[in-house]
Amino acid sequence: MSGEHTSVPVAARVRRLEERLIEAGVVGQAQLDEALGAMLKGASPVNGARIVARAWCDAGFRERLLTDANAALPEVGLSMAGGIQEQRLKVVENTAGTHHVLVCTLCSCYPVGLLGPSPSWYKSEAYRSRVVREPRAVLAEFGLELPDDTTIRVWDSSAESRYMVLPRRPEGTAGRSEPELAALVTREGLIGTAAV
Amino acid sequence: MTPEFRAGERVRVRAVDPVGHTRVPRYVRGHVGRIVECQGRWALADDRAAGVAEPRVEPVYTVAFAAGDLWGAGGHEVTVDLWESYIERVRRDGS
Repeated sequence: MSGEHTSVPVAARVRRLEERLIEAGVVGQAQLDEALGAMLKGASPVNGARIVARAWCDAGFRERLLTDANAALPEVGLSMAGGIQEQRLKVVENTAGTHHVLVCTLCSCYPVGLLGPSPSWYKSEAYRSRVVREPRAVLAEFGLELPDDTTIRVWDSSAESRYMVLPRRPEGTAGRSEPELAALVTREGLIGTAAV
Repeated sequence: MTPEFRAGERVRVRAVDPVGHTRVPRYVRGHVGRIVECQGRWALADDRAAGVAEPRVEPVYTVAFAAGDLWGAGGHEVTVDLWESYIERVRRDGS
């Protein structure tokens, strides 16, 4: 599975739905653009990366983040309140023995504000149906080969909750600044399909 | 509504096949999992999707399932978010 591929049928379906709503006078094109713009304003994996770098550098923040992420986010100027209601955020930490990976098998639930718009493969039926069944094989296709004794936990985010992975800090990064560390973190690392 | 289940308890997902929208993924229906934690209380997605004026508000749990129980193979674990009315207590005899 490659990192990027378009999911044309889904995009076409969304566009038809938009057209029907506009034709019916439920919403205007400008309103749609405005709502999308507002949702995506500041929505970027840079936010997730900043959270991770802070957790790597500050043990107290890391602890608060894992215990109650919603309460910890304001410490880095972020929140989960951008949508219709505040969503619950659960941060799950990779360790030497456990690796976490995210999916939404029913649709495409995802913390857009912290990770940016989701990659098209995250919404694909192939990823959604396979990663709960054979995560080790799916992760290997992403280039992430995990030791046999690593426990894999798949988080199916099918409620008002959103999940984010806290990757392991890479070896040999002692002494690096928070911004330098944040630059190492990828969107895939925050989903769990990459190590960092 | 006080949460009915506590962390560590074993619960079975109701083997339902409701008409309309639900947030019970098919692959866990009828299967036994373990309560990880109660997330809080949310309006039942099924009621909201159906446009019910006052949707039921229920505790939502993170429930962990062993891959071997779900698929008959695999050493991993899958956690699913489930509303309280989707699950029932597993009795001592396992039924």
